[in-house]
Amino acid sequence: MSDVIYDVKDLRLSFPDMSRKPILGPAPRIEILKGLTFQIPKGEVLGIVGGSGSGKSTLGRALIRLIEPDSGQIDFEGTDITHMGEEDLRPLRRRFQMIFQDPLSSLNPRRRVGGIIAGPLRLQGLEGIDARVKEALDMVGLPRAFASRYPHELSGGQRQRVGIARAIALRPDFILADEIVSGLDVSSQAQVLNLLEDLVRELGLTLAFISHDLSVIRRLCSRILVLYQGEIVENAATADLFATPTAPYTQELLSAIPLPDPDQVWV
Amino acid sequence: MRDTRAHSRKPGLRLWLSGGWITILVLAALLAPWISPHDPLAQDLFAGRMPPFWQAGADPNYWLGTDSLGRDVLSRILHGARLALTVALIAGVLTCLIGAILGLIAGYYGGWADLVISRLVDIWMAFPPVLFAILLIAVLGTGMTSIIIAIVVIDWTRFARVIRAEAMSQSKMDYVASAQVVGRSRFGTALTEILPNVLPTIVALLTLEMGIAVIVEAILSFVNLSISTDAPTWGGMIAEGRTSVHQAWWVLVFPLVALFFTVLSFSQLGEGLKDHFDPVLR
Repeated sequence: MSDVIYDVKDLRLSFPDMSRKPILGPAPRIEILKGLTFQIPKGEVLGIVGGSGSGKSTLGRALIRLIEPDSGQIDFEGTDITHMGEEDLRPLRRRFQMIFQDPLSSLNPRRRVGGIIAGPLRLQGLEGIDARVKEALDMVGLPRAFASRYPHELSGGQRQRVGIARAIALRPDFILADEIVSGLDVSSQAQVLNLLEDLVRELGLTLAFISHDLSVIRRLCSRILVLYQGEIVENAATADLFATPTAPYTQELLSAIPLPDPDQVWV
Repeated sequence: MRDTRAHSRKPGLRLWLSGGWITILVLAALLAPWISPHDPLAQDLFAGRMPPFWQAGADPNYWLGTDSLGRDVLSRILHGARLALTVALIAGVLTCLIGAILGLIAGYYGGWADLVISRLVDIWMAFPPVLFAILLIAVLGTGMTSIIIAIVVIDWTRFARVIRAEAMSQSKMDYVASAQVVGRSRFGTALTEILPNVLPTIVALLTLEMGIAVIVEAILSFVNLSISTDAPTWGGMIAEGRTSVHQAWWVLVFPLVALFFTVLSFSQLGEGLKDHFDPVLR
């Protein structure tokens, strides 16, 4: 199964519920992910949709092992990374990267853009760092002079491009994009989505794109995973899902998309 | 758009004034043996309680007048600056190092480390600080080392508290998660991601602490618990001046003014440095 990048089986994850913790003894746990099974083929752009609290961000963070699942199995290119320790994960980490929702929070405010992009490269012991930083800036369409700027000196869309540059500079096989356009205005959204489309094509990236916005997902993704309260309610090709949604929750989501051509009665 | 390559902005008035005063003071302290017009310990009972130079009956040899034993006030202030600044520097830096490291550990690592350090800070802060200092000096004996130890032992909690809160809020930021995504170790993240973001706070607190150290030294000198009784200290001069304030106000006022400007300058220096060097505020 070399054409599958992620093979996830019966993934379960829970967090302790500190608000209901008794004075003595452990806190009861809330199940976030309730046994998810799916695969991500190489080169696919997978959309993960769901309402808030559906577990989509938790799933994403489990995939790149920012958090450790309780049980089940995550295979990344045939390697079981479910319970791997941080030391063993380190060499693998350059192969799966993440773009965060809020670049103001994910870019260290006291480091320059150049340093932010170069940091991971240096850490992973790559060579020709300056050239790679310049190349990454070129690829996301930012002027090279931006390397000496601080994040707060950029606009929202430019900041998110820096976040993308940092992720692609390592030349990963897989990128997780967690709600990366939801903090941007509509025109920057479109630009960032265009950029992402181009990059996926040029670099042959596999992408998991988490969003609550189906119209964004529809444009970008070839396959969609619909999460509802920690369970997969639908896993279908984009065209099929929009044509014949099977789960009631998906139908609900679809009907919530604003129409490009509204009924005259509404206006 | 601003030119971001210009690292430094024109230093503000605040930085100039506070930095200027501290520089003058440091020079005065370093050069005290050579620039003092008189021996700070030399008594001249015939020249007691001479007023400063602009008043009638002043001796032009004693610019800021003399105390009741005929010792030169200016020379004593200059020599007193040596002890004040030495204590400020050593006690400030040590307090900062200990407090900031403990605060970073508690705030960033959390868990048991946080529990132990935070409770320790709570208990520590319940002691009345001045009494604690006097008690410590009583146990350790007088001397500069004792003053420094007393300040460090009492004041590390200030740093630990503030830095802990700061490190805690910083470690919730996504750039910390992002460092984990690329495989940076916990310790490496604390050093390269968190520390640069708490450094402005540390610098501001450090200079504030130096000002506090000057005050604590003056208080201990005032109650005669610093170094030997006749050695020139600002606190000691204030204590002497207090007894003769109606006959010779200058013995009290001049060291007080020096103390006031020094403490004020230290706190303003920190804020000024923060404004000047922090890229985010700039």
